[in-house]
Amino acid sequence: MQLQIQGLTRRFGDFVANDAIDLTIEPGEIHCLLGENGAGKSTLMNMLYGLLEPSAGQILLDGKPVHFNTPGDAIDAGIGMVHQHFMLVPVFTVAENVMLGREGGPILNRKAAGQRVRDLSDRYGLHVDPKALVEDIPVGVQQRVEILKALANEAKVLILDEPTAVLTPQEIDELMEIMRQLKAQGTSIIFITHKLREVKAVGDKISVIRRGKIVGTADPSASEAELAEMMVGREVNLVVDKDAPEVGQPVLEARGVTIIDPRGHEVVKDVSFEARAGEVLGIAGVQGNGQTELIKSLLGLVRPSAGDIVLDGDSIAKHGPKRSLAAGIGYIPEDRSHDGYVATFSVRENLVLDLYRTPEFSSGPALKLAAIERNADQRIAEFDIRTTSRETPVGSLSGGNQQKVVVAREFSRPLKVLIASQPTRGVDVGSIEFIHKRIIEERDRGTAVIIVSTELDEIFALSDRIAVMYDGRIVDTVSPDIEREQIGLLMAGAVPEKGGAA
Amino acid sequence: MSATVTPEAPAAERPVRDRADKLRQIKLVVTFAIVFGLVLWMAISIDNSDVLFLNAASPDKDHQPEAFNGLRLVWVAVAVSGIALLAAAANLVPRNGWALLVYLAVGLSFYVAFTVWYYADQDSAVEAWITNPLPSMVKYSPPLVLGALAGVICERAGVINIAIEAQLVMGAFFGYVISSLAYSNGAGMVGAALAGVLVALVLGLFSLRYHVDQVVVGVVLIALALGLTTFLLGQIPTQQENESLNTLLSDPPDPLTPIEIPGLSQIPVIGRALFNQSILVYITLLAPIVVWFLLYQTRWGLRVRSVGEHPKAADTVGIKVNRVRWQAVLLGGGLAGLGGAFYTVGSSGSFTDNAANGQGFMALAAVIMGRWHPIGATMAAFFFALTAAMKDDFGLVTKVPSELIAVAPYLATLIAVAGFVGRVRTPAADGQPYVKD
Repeated sequence: MQLQIQGLTRRFGDFVANDAIDLTIEPGEIHCLLGENGAGKSTLMNMLYGLLEPSAGQILLDGKPVHFNTPGDAIDAGIGMVHQHFMLVPVFTVAENVMLGREGGPILNRKAAGQRVRDLSDRYGLHVDPKALVEDIPVGVQQRVEILKALANEAKVLILDEPTAVLTPQEIDELMEIMRQLKAQGTSIIFITHKLREVKAVGDKISVIRRGKIVGTADPSASEAELAEMMVGREVNLVVDKDAPEVGQPVLEARGVTIIDPRGHEVVKDVSFEARAGEVLGIAGVQGNGQTELIKSLLGLVRPSAGDIVLDGDSIAKHGPKRSLAAGIGYIPEDRSHDGYVATFSVRENLVLDLYRTPEFSSGPALKLAAIERNADQRIAEFDIRTTSRETPVGSLSGGNQQKVVVAREFSRPLKVLIASQPTRGVDVGSIEFIHKRIIEERDRGTAVIIVSTELDEIFALSDRIAVMYDGRIVDTVSPDIEREQIGLLMAGAVPEKGGAA
Repeated sequence: MSATVTPEAPAAERPVRDRADKLRQIKLVVTFAIVFGLVLWMAISIDNSDVLFLNAASPDKDHQPEAFNGLRLVWVAVAVSGIALLAAAANLVPRNGWALLVYLAVGLSFYVAFTVWYYADQDSAVEAWITNPLPSMVKYSPPLVLGALAGVICERAGVINIAIEAQLVMGAFFGYVISSLAYSNGAGMVGAALAGVLVALVLGLFSLRYHVDQVVVGVVLIALALGLTTFLLGQIPTQQENESLNTLLSDPPDPLTPIEIPGLSQIPVIGRALFNQSILVYITLLAPIVVWFLLYQTRWGLRVRSVGEHPKAADTVGIKVNRVRWQAVLLGGGLAGLGGAFYTVGSSGSFTDNAANGQGFMALAAVIMGRWHPIGATMAAFFFALTAAMKDDFGLVTKVPSELIAVAPYLATLIAVAGFVGRVRTPAADGQPYVKD
C-alpha cells in the first residue's frame, strides 16, 4: 500500500508543530524519519494514526484521500503503530492485549486469542508467551507484543516511533531483522528515530525533519556527519572534548544495596560500587534494570531494604533527600518534569528550589527576593537558558532549556557528588553539547560524577569507567575503550569471563 | 586511569526481606496475638458451657432455642487463632489471595468466641439465646452488595463513584414513590434502578464531560440526594390538598415477601439464609457472579478494565474511552439504585429520611477491602451486613455496653482497610478524566 502525505499541517495555538509536510512511502519500503526531539515527528505520526486532527493537508492511501477521526479508522485502513511509550495494559496478559479492540464476539475466547498470538509469533519469529502478564515481561518483549498487536490488525503500513530507545544493542539488531522480514512480506515501515547509526543500517530512504518541516531527504549512504548537520541545522561536534581524569579518593560508596519495590520485586540486588573524586562513573543498561531505584536510593528518595550508602565515610542511607542534598550531592533526576522542577513556578523560583533555606536566600521565614532575582539573572546568563524573562514558568520552556534550569540549580552549590540520570533525554543537540561540557568541567573540579544513561553514545562520550547493570545487578565494570558489542552483551546479561574486561 | 577493574562475580543469593514485608509480619503477629489472647481469656472465663441457639430469626413452632455446648466451639476458636498466630510468627501466612482465608478464619473465630462468651453465664431469669445471624445478614445485604458492585464497575472503568450513598437514597425514595403510584413492587424496583441511573447521569456528566474532580462531584451528589429526598418527602400533599395522591402515597403495596425455595431452604444453618428470601435478595445473590462474568469473560468487561487501567492504550486500538466509561457508570448507577430499593420496597414499604444511613460509604469501603474485585467486594459487603445484623441481636444482654458493640464493626473495618488490605492496586487510571492531547 502506498501512503502519501500532502501538505499536512498541525498548529497548536500560534505554534506550528508540522508545517506543510509532504512525504510518500512506497509499498515494502523502510522510510526513516530522522529528527531531533521536538522536531515534530510524533505530531506527524499521531495525525497519521488518527490521534490528532490535522489543521490542513491530506493523507492518501493508494491515491485515495482518507480521513481518520480515531485510531480505529486508521487501524481499519491498515495502519499500525508502535508507540514510543507502549500502549499496553500492564495488568492484562499478552493475549488480552492483542485481542483488545477486536475481541471477535461478545464473550471472550482466550484460547483462540492465545492461538492467534502463537500463530503470528511463529510466522514472524516474534516469540512471546500469550499467557504472560505484560508487566512481568521485559521491555524488549513488550515491544514485540506491540508489533504483534499491529500485525494482528493486518497492518500494511507500520509506524515505529523511537522503537530502539528501550532496547539493548542486540535487541536492536533483532528488531532490524524483524523490520527487514516485514518489508520482504510487503509491509511499509515508517521508522522514526534520532539515532543516525540505525537509520543508516536499515533505511531505504531518509527524510529529515526539523522544526516541523521536512528539510531534505538523504540516502542511507550519506555520512553521519552530513545527517547530523541536516537534522540540527548546523555543524555538530559529535565527540565530547575531555582530558584524562585525575582520579582521587572514593567519595560515594554503595555497599550491598538491595531494594525491593512496592510490588515486592527485588529490583536492585546487592549492588556495590564506589564513585571517586574527579572521575565519571557511567552506569549503562537497558531501562528498567534497577538504575532508577538505585539512583533514588543514593539520594535517599528510596530506602534500601539492605546494604548501606556511604558519603565520605558516613552512612547516609537513612538521611533522606534534604540532608543528602545539604551534604553535597547534586541530583539531576531522570524525569525532570516530575522530579526536577515545578512547571508552574518561574525560572527564578525553580533556580532556588533546594537553596531557599540557605542564609544567602532567606533570613528567618522571609525570602531575600533581591538575592533570588540576582541569582536568577546570573544563572540564566551563565547557563545560556533561553527564556523570555526570569518570570517565565519553566513548564513553557523547551526541553533543553528546562534541563538547563535543573542543571544550573544543581551546579550552583559546592558539590561532592553529582548524580545525573538521563541528563540529556529529550534535549536538543545544542543543549546536549552544553550539558556534557558542564558535566566534564564539574568532574575536572574534583567532583565525583555518576551518570546513568540508556544511550550508549552518551555513556561512551562521558564515562571514565562504565558499570553495566542488568536485572538489578552490576554485571561488570569496564573501561570505556571496550567494544560496543561487548557492552551490548553485558547489557543483555551475559556473565563476563573472569578477569575479562579492561 | 582505572586499570583496577574488578568484574564482580554474581554474588550468592542473599535473602533480603523488604521492610514492608517485615512490617506486615509484625502487624499480623500483634493482631493475631491480641485475638488469641482475648479468645483464650473468654474460653477460660466461661463457667457454664451451655448456651441457647436458635436456628431462625425468631422462634416459631418449628424452631425453638436449643441448648448446646458452646465452650467446645470457643476452644476450637482458640486453636484456630493459635495456629494463625504461629503461622504469622513463622512468617507462613500466604501473600496472595489465600491470606484472605486466614484473616477470615481469625475473624470468624473471634466472632464465634465472642458470641458464645457474650451469651454464656447469664444471670437473668429468662435466658437470651443466640440467633442464627445468617438469615438477617443476607436479608440486610442488598444495598451493601449492590452498592459495592456499582463501585467496582465504575472504578474498574476509571471513574471514582463516591456517590453510592446518593444512589441508594434516591433509589429508596423513588422505589417507594413509584411502587406506591403503580401499586406494584416490580415497578418500584425498576423506578429505584432508574433513580440510581439518574444520579449516575449527573456524575457522568460532570466527571466525564466536564472533567470536574470526581470525589468533589460525588460528595456534592450525596448532599444533593439527601436534601432532595427530604424536600420531596415534604412535598407529598396532605389529605386536604390532594386526597387521591395522598392516599396512593401513604398506602404503598406490601413490601416484598420471602419466597421459600422448597427443599433447599431446609439445608441446616444456611438454608433459610439463602433460600427463603425476597426476590431482591435473590437478585443480590446472583449479581456478583453476573458482574464477575461481565468484567472478566466478556468483550465489554475487557474494554471496561482497559479504560480504567490505560485509557490511551484503549484509545489507540479504537475503543471509545468515554463511551465505555459512560456505560459502566450508568450500569453501576442502576445496580446501586436497585440496592436502595431495599430500604423501602424491600423492608418497610415507605421512605424515611436518610434511609441509607451511611451504608453507601460502607459499600465504598467494601470496594477497597475487596480490592476492586466483584467477588472480594461482595465478601466484604457481606461482612458489613453481618455486623449490621449483629447490632440488632446483641441488645438483649448487657455484658458489654451496647454502644461499644455498635462501633465495633467500624473499628474492625478501620483495622482491616488500614492494616490488612495490603498492597492494593487501584485501577491505574481511577479518577482521571481522559483528555486527548
